[in-house]
Amino acid sequence: MDAQARRDLYRMMVLIRTFEEAILREYHADKKPVFDIGAGAIPGEMHLSAGQEPVAAGVCAHLTTDDAVTATHRPHHLAIAHGVDLRRMAAEIFGRVDGLGRGRGGHMHLFDPDTHFSCSGIIAEGYPPAVGQALAFHRRGTDRVAVAVTGEGAANQGGFHESLNLASLWKLPVVFVVEDNDWGISVPRSASTCVTSNAVRAAGYDMPGERVEENSVEAVHEAAGRAVARARAGEGPSLLEVHTLRLWGHFEGDAQAYRTDLEGVPGRDPIPTYEQQLRADGVLGDEDVRAARQDAGERVEDAIAFARKSAEPAPESATEYVFA
Amino acid sequence: MTVTDAPAPSRRKLTTAKAMVEAIAQEMDRDPDVFVLGEDVGAYGGIFSSTTGLLDRFGPERIIDTPISETAFIGAAIGAAVEGMRPIVELMFVDFFGVCMDQIYNHMAKIHFESGGNVRVPMVLTTAVGGGYSDGAQHSQCLWGTFAHLPGMKIVVPSTPADAKGLMVSAIRDDNPVVYMFHKGVMGLPWMAKNPRSLAPVPEEEYEVPIGKASVVRSGRDVTIVTLSLSVHRALDVADELAADGVECEVVDLRSLVPLDTDTILESVGRTGRLLVVDEDYLSYGLSGEVIARVAERDPALLTVPPVRVCVPDVPIPYARSLEYAVLPTADRIRDGVRRLVGA
Ligand SMILES: Cc1ncc(C[n+]2csc(CCOP(=O)(O)OP(=O)(O)O)c2C)c(N)n1
Ligand SMILES: [Mg+2]
Repeated sequence: MDAQARRDLYRMMVLIRTFEEAILREYHADKKPVFDIGAGAIPGEMHLSAGQEPVAAGVCAHLTTDDAVTATHRPHHLAIAHGVDLRRMAAEIFGRVDGLGRGRGGHMHLFDPDTHFSCSGIIAEGYPPAVGQALAFHRRGTDRVAVAVTGEGAANQGGFHESLNLASLWKLPVVFVVEDNDWGISVPRSASTCVTSNAVRAAGYDMPGERVEENSVEAVHEAAGRAVARARAGEGPSLLEVHTLRLWGHFEGDAQAYRTDLEGVPGRDPIPTYEQQLRADGVLGDEDVRAARQDAGERVEDAIAFARKSAEPAPESATEYVFA
Repeated sequence: MTVTDAPAPSRRKLTTAKAMVEAIAQEMDRDPDVFVLGEDVGAYGGIFSSTTGLLDRFGPERIIDTPISETAFIGAAIGAAVEGMRPIVELMFVDFFGVCMDQIYNHMAKIHFESGGNVRVPMVLTTAVGGGYSDGAQHSQCLWGTFAHLPGMKIVVPSTPADAKGLMVSAIRDDNPVVYMFHKGVMGLPWMAKNPRSLAPVPEEEYEVPIGKASVVRSGRDVTIVTLSLSVHRALDVADELAADGVECEVVDLRSLVPLDTDTILESVGRTGRLLVVDEDYLSYGLSGEVIARVAERDPALLTVPPVRVCVPDVPIPYARSLEYAVLPTADRIRDGVRRLVGA
């Protein structure tokens, strides 16, 4: 991979992390001293994606905004990497009128027709619509692809398996991605899943399956490149599992008392690891790092300021948008 | 000791969540066939603390964390119940019913009927309901009307710690499938705004609260407020407030939806002549319409003025707080409803 492409992957991961850190700050700012999930400028559940940036950056680097991405309850990294507008995304997370869903959806329900991005809070239920988006792309004779992402916990849900079968049967341009962060809330992968790699499940649906064992953006990029190319060439779907990392709690406010692997977690942060690698390869210098952080900081703070300035939806409008 | 309906007064206070857990633990001590399964019911203790401490006490054989496979594990509970065990199975949020409803209503609810009464399904399906904390359209619904519409499952919806315990005991002992719906806002969780009524006296011994019996939680001559779950707390707050203006509300906590205690509703409406139904479920085709229909069927003359409903209008629960609180049955909306009925 050329130096610029590597720096771009790095910059995307920094942008995602900067966004998540800002949401973390804003989310907790007015929930003190006693945490109240419904209080503050950003209320409700908050599932942040820190640690999983390699998946988003590595996969979405192969896509344009004509391709579709369906994500989960933990959607921010994928939305950002796929090019969803930061301002309108932040405004939706704040529940404001300029948000992607005019404040109706919230952080688990980001819908952006401009980039064909969507997500769902119901586990595995982003898989079936991706199959349908791929069907539409295929029928219209385009080479556009649909990428469906879930967690490893979701790979035990019926919708996951039904979608794999359907996409394979109809030979549709779908890339199924599994983010294996070892945990489904408090349940470790070993207690939820009968196989050590979801890649082996792909064989049951007659499609290629690959597991990337390292939480490395370049390894993801390489494997995703194969799957996306296959889909674009009309050869059908693939499954890609990435062994990634849940750097923070399942959601904000999660004390993680159940978590047995916490001690080693900070040392597994993929961003410093990649930064060191790029420095060692002479691809990234102090100035690049500074610029990446500054640019990300400016874009993210601009988005947060935009969200804060946007109005709260008027109560009288509460029953709007049920029907077209 | 088994007390029915009137447990001995107690001064020990528990949250609704702790009362629920105490009932499960006492029944598990009494009956080795009782076990719990669901997502995050083990080490986590239930996302809404419905199983806190049970893993330590009963071990992973009886407190079982499942994969995120609701069809499979709810179906498994049905199978175990058919073989005579008494599973308690948790659907983390009722909103997730979509991925597993076939097991619930085509199997759990119909096996007894289809077998001509020869096969029993003694199980409890627990599930968290309700909004008010900006969890959005897929994590904030009540949906009890959807379940109650489908024949074959009993439905209980406690609003107080004491009822949470007694109804859980009854649900476990019942030979039918019982859906036990607990509102997150009545659980007394430390991380969510709560009404003080979510912490209240609970008798230490085991007792049953009969399924199918409503409770008149406040007497009053002017208006009958028929409601359930968290809305009981709000209705009581409004009733206390309006009493200062000389308006006396009677508050009926339904506690069970199936069977529905029509007699208690009719008796109360017979006294007041005015009916307000407060329901955090959707307005149309649901509980509020059912309650009014039961009154109208028996004797429309009981109502001296047309009934009023305060429900979620037919819109998914919005995320933004300003919108969510415009559709929830808030104290303001309940107060307006009462005022309309008394013409003030
Ligand atoms: C059908 C359904 N069941 C349960 C849940 C509750 N839930 C939300 S996130 C989650 C864990 C998901 O684990 P995983 O798929 O590994 O994704 P991760 O959170 O690790 O990113 C669960 C059980 C849900 N949202 N939908
Ligand atoms: Mg996971």
